[in-house]
Amino acid sequence: MGDAVSAPVARRIEDFVTDYAHCLDDGEFEAWPQFFDENAHYQIISRESFEAGLPIGVMHCDGRGMFEDRIRALRRASIFEPHVYCHLLGRPRIFPDDNGSYGVRTNLQVLRTMQDGRTDTFATGKYLDRIALDDAGCRILERKVVLDSRRIDILLVVPL
Amino acid sequence: MSVRPDLTWPEGGVTRVPYRVYSDHEIYAREQARIFRGPVWNFLCLALEIPNPGDFKTTFVGETPVIVTRDGDGGVNAMVNRCAHKGALVCHEQRGNVKSLTCIYHAWAYDLKGNLKGLAFKEGLRGQGGMPEDFDVSQHRLESLTVTTFCGLVFGTFSPDVAPIEDYLGPVIAGNIRRVLGRPTKLLGFQSQMINNNWKLYAENIRDSYHATVLHTFYTAFKVNRLDMDGGIDVSEHGWHHMSFAKRESWVKDDQYDGESIHASKYDSRLKGPALLEAWPEFPDGITHCIQSVFPTLGVQMTLNSLAVRFFVPRGIDRTELFWMYLGYEDDEEWMTRIRVNQSNLTGAAGYVSLEDGCINEFVQRGTRGSPHQAAFMEMGGRDVAPSEGSRATETALRGFWSAYRELMDV
Repeated sequence: MGDAVSAPVARRIEDFVTDYAHCLDDGEFEAWPQFFDENAHYQIISRESFEAGLPIGVMHCDGRGMFEDRIRALRRASIFEPHVYCHLLGRPRIFPDDNGSYGVRTNLQVLRTMQDGRTDTFATGKYLDRIALDDAGCRILERKVVLDSRRIDILLVVPL
Repeated sequence: MSVRPDLTWPEGGVTRVPYRVYSDHEIYAREQARIFRGPVWNFLCLALEIPNPGDFKTTFVGETPVIVTRDGDGGVNAMVNRCAHKGALVCHEQRGNVKSLTCIYHAWAYDLKGNLKGLAFKEGLRGQGGMPEDFDVSQHRLESLTVTTFCGLVFGTFSPDVAPIEDYLGPVIAGNIRRVLGRPTKLLGFQSQMINNNWKLYAENIRDSYHATVLHTFYTAFKVNRLDMDGGIDVSEHGWHHMSFAKRESWVKDDQYDGESIHASKYDSRLKGPALLEAWPEFPDGITHCIQSVFPTLGVQMTLNSLAVRFFVPRGIDRTELFWMYLGYEDDEEWMTRIRVNQSNLTGAAGYVSLEDGCINEFVQRGTRGSPHQAAFMEMGGRDVAPSEGSRATETALRGFWSAYRELMDV
């Protein structure tokens, strides 16, 4: 199953993946684009569409600008009922790829709590990432959020 | 079968909607019988979802589960997904390819047209049991729907009293469907959204051009320079279906309709990722945004280059599943697909100009709870059901929906 990664590398990537989730859970959305490379690709897509190789999912960002627009829209344009997420992540499984970056899979479950106190399972699935690690730290080159369900409850405005 | 509910429509006709229609279980039951099993064409699926003999797709007409198949002759068939024996689902998967449809409970097997072909232990075992001598397989088939296909859209009806599809749609709606879906398409994406409201609130929402720039503030927040405000509403005869369209004038004058003109058609904006709105003039008529509805539960959109079919299924009195199927044309080049992918951010459950619709209809559902005898007021753009040239500040298409609804429901 590929080469092992050293414990310090694994630790840095695990911390990075965890920090990403905490950033969204804590509502620090302006920091979200900074987890990504300037030319990163991000997509939320259902498992069914992903496995069928369909190009369109639920949310797409291609390049830093589109990440920043998502946050600006969330803050200034989009209208929705206030809610918070709690990401519960499985242990990231990390494999070096041929380009000096890392392929990482992390299972996720996202609980969503609405302002009236109701908590639901909003999403389950996995992150399929390509993550670069250098002296400057980690950054995501590509993140596919593959959701087990095709069905989004109400709407999706805060990224996963 | 469905007793007429004691619903008295308020004075004011289709400019008023009694809130009770969104939460009354008796009315909901009557809709199943008089609308979904009534003289309408229900959208079933896209023909491209069942391209080969033996392909099937399961869907719903109102609450009724339905199977759509492609038979060995290339024909499309639809039948209720309910075994003629005990009523179990015959297909419990969303899609697949089969030689015949066999109920797993007692192996009652049907051909792809729904005819019963055989069943387990029909002759009994060792001379014992089995069906009576006069049992006749031809008397036990899956309940069928009449099917028609128009521009790759498969429709079905339970009623013998519905007009042929083009007459049902009328020339304007049929013409625009032909405009956007009249050539081979391919599926680019698929998602659904569960919204916590009665199905009719979404039927109204898709016809509601009044709310578009009020609720969906994305374009204004990003100062997207919209030159396409020239548009209007067209409604079919009797108001059942509608089309809302917007033109971008500069595109009318642009006689280049190939990849070269992409950048010319960019919108000025404060977007940091302007690729979102990269577009090219796909049609020579200058129409850049077009949403249309087909009664009762279908929508077709072409916004910029984002082509999608939406349909919605009632999942109970206050829940509706909204399906989005994103399409491209079979002969699209790669750059076209890339543009359609970027623009898909505009619509759907996370769409910049649609995500609010996920909650706004629920707000109406919640707001009207406890007020069954109050009514909505909809006189924007007048009190009649008529096309609206040059303005989308109108509720004419909603009044059209209620006009169809009252006619079918006899209320």
